[in-house]
Amino acid sequence: MIFSNWTRRAMLGAGAVALGALAAPLAATAQTPPNVLIVGQIAEPKSLDPAAVTAVNDFRILVNLYEGLTRYKSGTLEPGPALATDWDISEDGTEYTFHLREGVTFHDGTPFNAEAVTFNFDRMLNEDHPYHDTGPFPLAFFFSAIKSTKAVDDMTVKFTLNAPYAPFLSNLAYPTGLMVSPAAIKEHGKEIGRHPVGTGPFKFVEWESNQRVVVDRYEDYWGDNAAAEAVVFRPITDANTRVAEMLAGGIDLMVEVPPTSLAQFEGDQYTLHEQAGPHVWFLILNTREGPFADMKVRQAANYAINKEAIVNDVLEGTATVAAGPTPPAFAWAHSDDLEPYPYDPDKAKALLKEAGAEGAELTFYVTEGGSGMLDPVPMGTAIQADLEAVGFDVTIETYEWNTFLGEVNPGLEGKADMAEMAWMTNDPDTLPYLTLRSQAMPSEGGFNSGYYSNEKVDELLAAARTSTDQGERAKLYREMQQIVHDEAPWVFVANWKQNAVTSGRVENFTLQPSFFLRLKDVVKN
Amino acid sequence: MGGYIVKRLISAIPVLFGITVIVFLIMSLIPGDPATAILGSYATPENVAKLNRDLGLDRSLAERYFIWLFNMVQGDFGRSYSLNRPVIDEVLERFNATLILAGTSFVICSVLGILAGVVSAARQYGWADKAITFTVLIGISVPSFFLGMMMILLFAVNLRWLPVSGMYAIYGGGDLWDLLRHLVMPALALSAVATGVIARLARSAMLEVLRQDYIRTARAKGVPERRVIMGHALRAAMVSIIPVLGIQAGFVLSGSVYIEIVFQWPGAGRMLVEAILTRDLLLVQGGVVFIAACYVFFNILVDVAQSLLDPRIKT
Repeated sequence: MIFSNWTRRAMLGAGAVALGALAAPLAATAQTPPNVLIVGQIAEPKSLDPAAVTAVNDFRILVNLYEGLTRYKSGTLEPGPALATDWDISEDGTEYTFHLREGVTFHDGTPFNAEAVTFNFDRMLNEDHPYHDTGPFPLAFFFSAIKSTKAVDDMTVKFTLNAPYAPFLSNLAYPTGLMVSPAAIKEHGKEIGRHPVGTGPFKFVEWESNQRVVVDRYEDYWGDNAAAEAVVFRPITDANTRVAEMLAGGIDLMVEVPPTSLAQFEGDQYTLHEQAGPHVWFLILNTREGPFADMKVRQAANYAINKEAIVNDVLEGTATVAAGPTPPAFAWAHSDDLEPYPYDPDKAKALLKEAGAEGAELTFYVTEGGSGMLDPVPMGTAIQADLEAVGFDVTIETYEWNTFLGEVNPGLEGKADMAEMAWMTNDPDTLPYLTLRSQAMPSEGGFNSGYYSNEKVDELLAAARTSTDQGERAKLYREMQQIVHDEAPWVFVANWKQNAVTSGRVENFTLQPSFFLRLKDVVKN
Repeated sequence: MGGYIVKRLISAIPVLFGITVIVFLIMSLIPGDPATAILGSYATPENVAKLNRDLGLDRSLAERYFIWLFNMVQGDFGRSYSLNRPVIDEVLERFNATLILAGTSFVICSVLGILAGVVSAARQYGWADKAITFTVLIGISVPSFFLGMMMILLFAVNLRWLPVSGMYAIYGGGDLWDLLRHLVMPALALSAVATGVIARLARSAMLEVLRQDYIRTARAKGVPERRVIMGHALRAAMVSIIPVLGIQAGFVLSGSVYIEIVFQWPGAGRMLVEAILTRDLLLVQGGVVFIAACYVFFNILVDVAQSLLDPRIKT
């Protein structure tokens, strides 16, 4: 039959043409060029103005374009010199004088000097500054301790603080403190976030929305030049797609590998990198009312939850069990004496019996996902099962992240007994200061949503914040960690290990505990 | 005719006005606010209040609505908080990408769907019909995002014929050929369900027509079978197929959201999802109003075209 012949022939022909056309020139697909590093990011950057952004995803690009007065020494969270070569701190801890590095230029050719430093901080902090309207600057409060910034001479800057504030140096190393070219801000105004100009080892080339951010090696860099000619940052929001791109060779470096995909990157073609970060995942317990007002019940919850199982089975080994409120990544301030609460359901039952809280009903706030929250729903259900096994009666309420924050941040009173939470910070001061002090109750603008209160902890944290001696501060933080561990205002669950995969063509890459991505020395073959 | 067009255009104004009110209210009433979304863990009441002031969100609901509406009437859709760029730039760029994807899918599902339906009907209960019916059932039943992931695994990861994701190559590329290679998988994945629906409908419409007396007459006259099918039967069947194509066009457009996420296609669907999650009020409002306006004007266009063809509609 004519009709039948016609279709069959047409269909076969069309199919062959289509396959041939697609396959022929494609053998070379997904080969990334040499000397150009292609990085798979988890999302589109919000802005490339360091003063305007809050997300680690943006910081990963920024630290390659910009530099601050200080930066974390490689492999640590201790601030060391960067654009400032050294500094003096006054006896009372309120005056910091920085000596700036000579011969540094911004990518637009303008010199880096004391004027540039004061311009950057005034832009962020002074509402009358002519370029304050290039904001908003959501993390400006990191520098709210600054009373004034003064250029002493061309290469010296003096900061005067309202009160001694020990985290100042590490806040300067945070992306919010990165230095932007004043000339570029004057030229681009509100558009500076799309025309970034810094002093870093890479300079900005182009940003195509939702496709790529390209940066090239800055040839006039003050230090050793970057190893790669260029870096391309690609936003790939879907984790499975990111994994597929890595497997197909479309990207050379991928951050935040989903735990379930780790097995695909075993073998010689890939290198898996891991690095514990300043992250802690915990449950806030409502210490003001309900069963958790009793310390024994809070301890029982800590014993009842099998953290090893959560870390190894739910998170596939991408986290370690947390022992207290300060993550081990703050090596200098972390108390190594602290042991995590062991998994001991019998002990939990005994404590519950002692407290007369058997069969206590708990409302548990769980989020669907959010910054640093890892895998909150499976983690929440595992926790629910463990708590029910020792005799609690747990009801989970699940919320989308922003709604969740809106419920948890104002405090749990009258609503819930426990809530999931996670923080990533840059100084051991931040988390306990905002979440564990009696002066940090939600009614007073803090994040102590579980209403924990201990005078000794308050004293220790206040003293640690004003001391400029690191050894002294470390001692105070360790004492605080022991008290908080014992009184258990939280269930300490996990410290996240950041991970990344590089292809065999990438050398010299290491992850930093800060979770930033320093790419200056990375080689791409 | 001119009067009819003017009447339709005027009637669109209250519709668009209603859309602005609804989208503005929904975005204002859902829990969570942009300042909390931007600040994340650092959202103290003090910081939230300051940021809200900087973003102009400390004004009353009515005040904010009218400022937004007034600016929009003048063509200013405002700036996106989360992207730090004008809303209209982002919307146009992203909408363009969605049109390329959804448009291609629509062409694919129309052509393949009708073709499959015609072949099926012409060879009713033959091997081709059975094979097509089976494939079509799978096409309708498999969720498009799953199909997309499987295509990525097979064609991009294992065979390495096609790029995994994106719209253009990251280095080099940028021409039409490059775009086509990136377009093949998402467009096919997106068109799968619609192709199935159209094929089933085309088959039954064709079968209906093929039973008519005039088809038998045509065959008896010795008209070649190909002409009977393509000329006589399909032309008549198209009358009931075309309205379904219109409905499927809507499905393809809304289905593109999943496909854009799986294939990292820089389209408007993904933009809206991300904007809602970050509570980027102006971007959501601007995006929805823009898309709604396009839809309203497209409908007017269709009505006007129909009234040109069929004078009875013009009243």
